[in-house]
Amino acid sequence: MSAGPEPVPARRPGGPPPPPPVERRDKANYLNVSFGVKSWLLTTDHKRIALLYLASISLMFALGGLFAVAIRLELLTPGGDLVQSETYNKLFTMHGIVMVFFFLIPSIPAVLGNFLIPIMIGARDLAFPRLNLASWYVYMIGAAFTLYALISGGVDTGWTFYTPYSIVSNTHVVAAAVGIFVTGFSSILTGLNFIVTIHKMRAPGLTWFRLPLFVWAHYATSLIMVLGTPVVAVTILMVAAERILHLGLFDPRLGGDPVLFQHLFWFYSHPAVYIMILPSMGVISELVTAMSRKRIFGYGVIAMSSLAIAMLGFLVWGHHLFVSGQSAYAGMVFSLLSFMVAIPSAIKVFNWTATLYKGSVALQTPLLYTVGFIGLFTIGGLTGIFLAATGLDVHVHDTYFVIAHFHYIMVGGAIMGYLGGLHFWWPKITGRMYPEWWARVSAATVFLGFNLTFFPQFVLGYLGMPRRYHAYAEEFQVLNVMSSAGASILGVGYLLPMLYFGWSMRYGKKAPANPWGAKGLEWETDSPPIPENFARQPHVTEEAYAYAPSEVVVV
Amino acid sequence: MFRELPLWPDQASTMAGRVDALYVFLLAIGTFFSVLIAVLVVGFAVRFRRRSEDERPPAILGSTALELTWSLIPLGIVLFVFVWATEIFFAMNRVPPGAMEIYVVGKRWMWKTQHLTGQREINELHVPVGVPVKLTMTSEDVIHSFYVPAFRMKKDVLPGRYSTMWFEATRPGRYHLFCAEYCGTKHSGMIGSVVVMEPAAFQAWLAGGAAGGSLSAAGERRFAELGCQTCHRADSAGRGPVLDGLFGGTVRLANGATVQADETYVRESIVNPAAKVVAGYQPIMPTYQGLVSEEGLMQLIAYIQTLKAPAGRATPPAAGAGASAAEGAR
Repeated sequence: MSAGPEPVPARRPGGPPPPPPVERRDKANYLNVSFGVKSWLLTTDHKRIALLYLASISLMFALGGLFAVAIRLELLTPGGDLVQSETYNKLFTMHGIVMVFFFLIPSIPAVLGNFLIPIMIGARDLAFPRLNLASWYVYMIGAAFTLYALISGGVDTGWTFYTPYSIVSNTHVVAAAVGIFVTGFSSILTGLNFIVTIHKMRAPGLTWFRLPLFVWAHYATSLIMVLGTPVVAVTILMVAAERILHLGLFDPRLGGDPVLFQHLFWFYSHPAVYIMILPSMGVISELVTAMSRKRIFGYGVIAMSSLAIAMLGFLVWGHHLFVSGQSAYAGMVFSLLSFMVAIPSAIKVFNWTATLYKGSVALQTPLLYTVGFIGLFTIGGLTGIFLAATGLDVHVHDTYFVIAHFHYIMVGGAIMGYLGGLHFWWPKITGRMYPEWWARVSAATVFLGFNLTFFPQFVLGYLGMPRRYHAYAEEFQVLNVMSSAGASILGVGYLLPMLYFGWSMRYGKKAPANPWGAKGLEWETDSPPIPENFARQPHVTEEAYAYAPSEVVVV
Repeated sequence: MFRELPLWPDQASTMAGRVDALYVFLLAIGTFFSVLIAVLVVGFAVRFRRRSEDERPPAILGSTALELTWSLIPLGIVLFVFVWATEIFFAMNRVPPGAMEIYVVGKRWMWKTQHLTGQREINELHVPVGVPVKLTMTSEDVIHSFYVPAFRMKKDVLPGRYSTMWFEATRPGRYHLFCAEYCGTKHSGMIGSVVVMEPAAFQAWLAGGAAGGSLSAAGERRFAELGCQTCHRADSAGRGPVLDGLFGGTVRLANGATVQADETYVRESIVNPAAKVVAGYQPIMPTYQGLVSEEGLMQLIAYIQTLKAPAGRATPPAAGAGASAAEGAR
């Protein structure tokens, strides 16, 4: 691709030129164009909003992580001896709510997607910049409700809010529900913004099949956000209404159907898993090609597999209900559809692997995260096949096998992609390099700590340890101790980037416009970008990832 | 008795071996593909690592043949697994005829079980080896889940309806019983044991006797206490349908539909009589919700099951007269 020629100071747009030209070059990026709290809280620049999101979700991640620490400490011993049962139940509930709704779902779209999509498509901003800012405020209001629920005593229903327990629980269900309801709108607004932006604001020459795969993945994700989130919003609202007005929607004593809730909840919450993993897959598609300086293998197949996953994701919710009393025939159909998700997922993994073949592979941090992602996602995906297999799921449903599986996808997959992407685009976002050595150490630490934390949980689950158990049978202790030990390593692995990213913002080496020698419009503008992203409208004349090849091989 | 690092749960039901076989197969498949991907990814990354900044890799755009290969092979594997798993799943859902019936009530935070012979247990369930056992289960409050890892069996236990599960134990011993569906504060304390006994030992345990006589005898007493017989009279002279020979048959309803007279139907007809009114009767029966416990309802059902159609009438008069414990009232 080619943007306009390298921007030079003379071409810089923006306000009246201040006297010294050297000074002007320094000033002209989105970070230093204006100062003060107001310039951030009222900004409509997608790059600044991305940083607002980055700060907010990092806090939520730290909070959710603290809950996890408490959980793993409690589970060191079989007896429920560190905290009371009520407290433990609130801990895992808040861990789930904070991590799912306030970290994982917004993580890549709201931070990296917000920052990169307009730049990647050669646009000046998202289609609706003020709506973008509004979505962050909506997120913050939702977070405030949830924090209120937390501070005023917590919620103990599990992040799944299963009825009728969530109707009779005497904890702060309504406040938490309102928090999730409100935050849902932030997702919807972001998704809407992305869809319109990708449709309408692509640079001249940037056809659909020249789009970076990161943008394709976000397009698929946005479809789920817009179509799925309203369903969970309504469902959560129904629980609140049931608690307050006793409508008899879910409560069998009033003629309601408690299983109806599970159908409604998973109709969104299963696709929500793809909201978390698809953007991460988009990141990996970018990283694998950039770090091997080679065209991606099977561009069209990867793009379409994102859409296939998004669509299939809406048809598999019933696999959470195999033992709920749902008809065995319904179970059979949901099982078959769930197996089908394995195909586009496998396609992606094989295509990334093939991309590395004969590449020029830089063994730097983004690649380490890519390799880690592929490994953990493969294990997470393969164990998903165990769970889609009805006859086997009856045994492992609601055990630690499920916990291990979805952490492999949502933490091993989604967060590895998020961290990999954060490292890869950090020079672009901040204009500074992160310390490579420390970053490699942290990538390795995360990978090892993660596996030690969650692999033993597969074994625990097959042994029959149910999830959400405050106290457990003694024979489960050894594996739980391994898991807790792993969690402490994983914690260090997550703490390191927080520290050195912070350090690098001030002391890191200045980053050039394109430190990786990568293709893509985002590498053709300054690091950090100017407020308008590009000095002049880019025109795209090439396919995506058009690295000058030694030869073109058509297999 | 537990090894330091257990890796495998006890196998104590006819399903356990079948589930484990599928598990082992999937472990083999999973290990194969994980290792394959790991070797390829790490191998390529190292073999093709960047040695100079001037390297220019070839552009390999893709390959339809390869895409088809790595789509169709996984597709074949998952379809094979689908058929295998579905076969097990259907076997789990098909209760063998003549299974021994046991009733289970879950409440926060305990399991209460009742045998037809009248034994009642809390957080324990005694069953014989080699006999299919059918559990009819309900909950007094929220959703629970009856889970016996050694049997590889689990089923949610819901308020307001009956769910069933069955198993056939194969090895005597004491096995974990867990609640697998989160149900509030003491969820992790809603545990117990399933005690599997040799048939002779089980008979001896049963002979230990039950204070209140058999389950149906308890149901009969309850039937009288609640005054059910004022309307549901065996001589068809009452305001409610005759219950003799009702259970297991079909019932014609006032709205023209027919319904199978099973546990769920009988229970609903007691707690919510207006839901399904038998053809030819008026909806005059009051609800008994709150007046009979879930265990009492199970006793009533056990009793109603014992009411055989009177001699000379092979089948209940109108399919309808079979009607429920429902209809009728004082």
